[in-house]
Amino acid sequence: MSLNRRELLGGAAALTTAGLLPRVALAADTIRLGSILDQSGPFDAYGKPMAMATQLAVAEINEAGGLLGREVEVVEYDTQSDMALYSQYAQQLTRQDRVDVVHGGILSASREAIRQTMRKSGTLYFYNVLYEGGVCDRNIFINGVTPAQQVEALVPYAMKNSGKKVYILAADYNYGQITARWIEKFVRDNGGDVVGTDFFPLDVSDFGSTIAKVQTAAPDLVIAPLVGGPHLSFFRQWAAAGMKDKIALASTTLGVGNEHKVLTPEEGNGIMCAYNYSQELDTPENAAFKTRWAEMFDGDQSMHEIAVSHYHGLHTWAEGVRQADSIAHDAVVEALETGISITGPGGKVTVDPQTHHAILDVHLMEMRDQKMAVMETLPQRAPIDTQAVCDLGANPDDNTQYEIEI
Amino acid sequence: MDLSFVILVEILYAVASLVLISAGLAVVFGMMKVINLAHGEFMMMGGYVTITAVGLGVNVFVAMLVIAPLIVGLIGLVVERLVIRHLYGRLVDTMLATWGLSLVFIGLATMIFGNTTTGISTPIPGFAVGAYQINGYNFFIIVVSVLLVAGMYAVLRGTRAGLIARGAMQRADMAAALGYSPDRIYMATFFCGSALSGLAGAVLAPLVGLVPTSGGAYIAKAFITVIAGGPALIAGLVSSAASFGVVSQVFSFAVSPVIGEVALLVAAVILLRAMPQGITARLFKGKL
Repeated sequence: MSLNRRELLGGAAALTTAGLLPRVALAADTIRLGSILDQSGPFDAYGKPMAMATQLAVAEINEAGGLLGREVEVVEYDTQSDMALYSQYAQQLTRQDRVDVVHGGILSASREAIRQTMRKSGTLYFYNVLYEGGVCDRNIFINGVTPAQQVEALVPYAMKNSGKKVYILAADYNYGQITARWIEKFVRDNGGDVVGTDFFPLDVSDFGSTIAKVQTAAPDLVIAPLVGGPHLSFFRQWAAAGMKDKIALASTTLGVGNEHKVLTPEEGNGIMCAYNYSQELDTPENAAFKTRWAEMFDGDQSMHEIAVSHYHGLHTWAEGVRQADSIAHDAVVEALETGISITGPGGKVTVDPQTHHAILDVHLMEMRDQKMAVMETLPQRAPIDTQAVCDLGANPDDNTQYEIEI
Repeated sequence: MDLSFVILVEILYAVASLVLISAGLAVVFGMMKVINLAHGEFMMMGGYVTITAVGLGVNVFVAMLVIAPLIVGLIGLVVERLVIRHLYGRLVDTMLATWGLSLVFIGLATMIFGNTTTGISTPIPGFAVGAYQINGYNFFIIVVSVLLVAGMYAVLRGTRAGLIARGAMQRADMAAALGYSPDRIYMATFFCGSALSGLAGAVLAPLVGLVPTSGGAYIAKAFITVIAGGPALIAGLVSSAASFGVVSQVFSFAVSPVIGEVALLVAAVILLRAMPQGITARLFKGKL
């Protein structure tokens, strides 16, 4: 933050003393990319690696000669896990900094806080995080995995490894509620039964009564879209009660912020999940990515699902600009809508023209000794949930986040 | 049959953890009338001390039961000397000061430990009761809080120090006239209160993931329990923890965990409407 303030003050001082001309001339030389992420506060475990991914991707783009022969310059704001700052910095990016594109936002609330500002000002916006699906807006491109993309893969896999009776424990807000509905649908589609569903406010950290209740229902499998620090205690208490080898566990969120490195092997081993990225993915792209990351950040290895989605998003945008051969908003959108794809550390990522979401590989994983071992790869899954409600080709003016009927 | 035993254990556990969460605040707020909004952060520090000590190779029980209370007590001592002692009797000022302190502690913890959730696994294995598995650590928490209440009772009722402390809290001027230094007594009491908060945080740490903002989750429950308990320190603590623990667990089992949390708050509202001065202002009058 102090850095940002200093830059701002510096900028202001330069404007007042040296006059406007040299800075405008400089601005014309670079392509300006706005970044807006929580790099401090409760969500920094997500935001910090995302900011690192921005740095890495932009460095790579610039090393390859920039875009349209110009350097990419990052204008970065730390929103400190504060929703009010999102609106403020979004205005600043579009009005004062006049950036060419904005990448960022973490929680769904932060995305919705920026989205309309970007739409109104005609600034292209990329949101690159696993989320609940349903956003339909031609100005936004989304790179994260949606529930159907992930749950559709995870449920049959987990049921095959355990059994047909499923219990759902979910976080009590829009992500958890919607994901629980998708889980229920896919459990039924695969011939299973949901024997119970419980929702937990985000600050609940005592799961004793729940664990007893789950045992009463005697399921074969517990699927847990639980979110955040307090909910992590569920996995601890589950292991502490000695339940881990009795009933199988799967989660749609555990590991996204590297939680598997926090749980001990006794607590985490065997929990099943499905994401686009794992550090254990055995591909040349991932190996190269991990090396570059370590070189740039002093041996750090904190990259995770969301950071890699963000990295994919940045490169997708760059590819769009290259193919459009222009930085103009409409030209880039049209180029991306031709179904551009890149190959990143998480595999091939393709823009779906109908929804502006990503078609990507989903890897089925199992936690083993604080790692996410990849068991199986399901290539090129489409965001079928959002496709069911959103067709930007037919309704280019659409501007809704749909609640998908399941 | 097995299930009713499991439910009984869970209810006892809920009561015990409320006692544990609130014990430190009962001393600092109930006895000393210091509204300590940094109570949750004292607990958070207890948790971090434990995790750090275990990481350094200390036995987990020593870390929880000895090191954490001691270190958090000492931090409390420093806080009392630097801040709180200037503010005795000024409710609003203490509130502001301790709220500020809580922000400072969260900031410091974030700087030192980072913002990712950390934790240690529970040191006691789970075991089977008929068809059910239960968390063995729950029993440990129940035992710790029973011992804690018994210990507090013994100190306050049976020892000279407890008598002096209670006396000084009621009439500081009289204690001073009898040759005791209220300043010292307040200092010692605040040390004990902080140590109890540290102990609570330490004992709960293996069950829950710890982040620097963890304290926030406890503060409301602790205040509700102490306020609903009323003037009598131990009787109030135990009776209100028992009421809220039973209510929240019964509703958690019967309906859902969300309703369990709501039921606790509704019970608190009803209780305070019926007994605005707390349970022990009406029942158990004159008890400790």
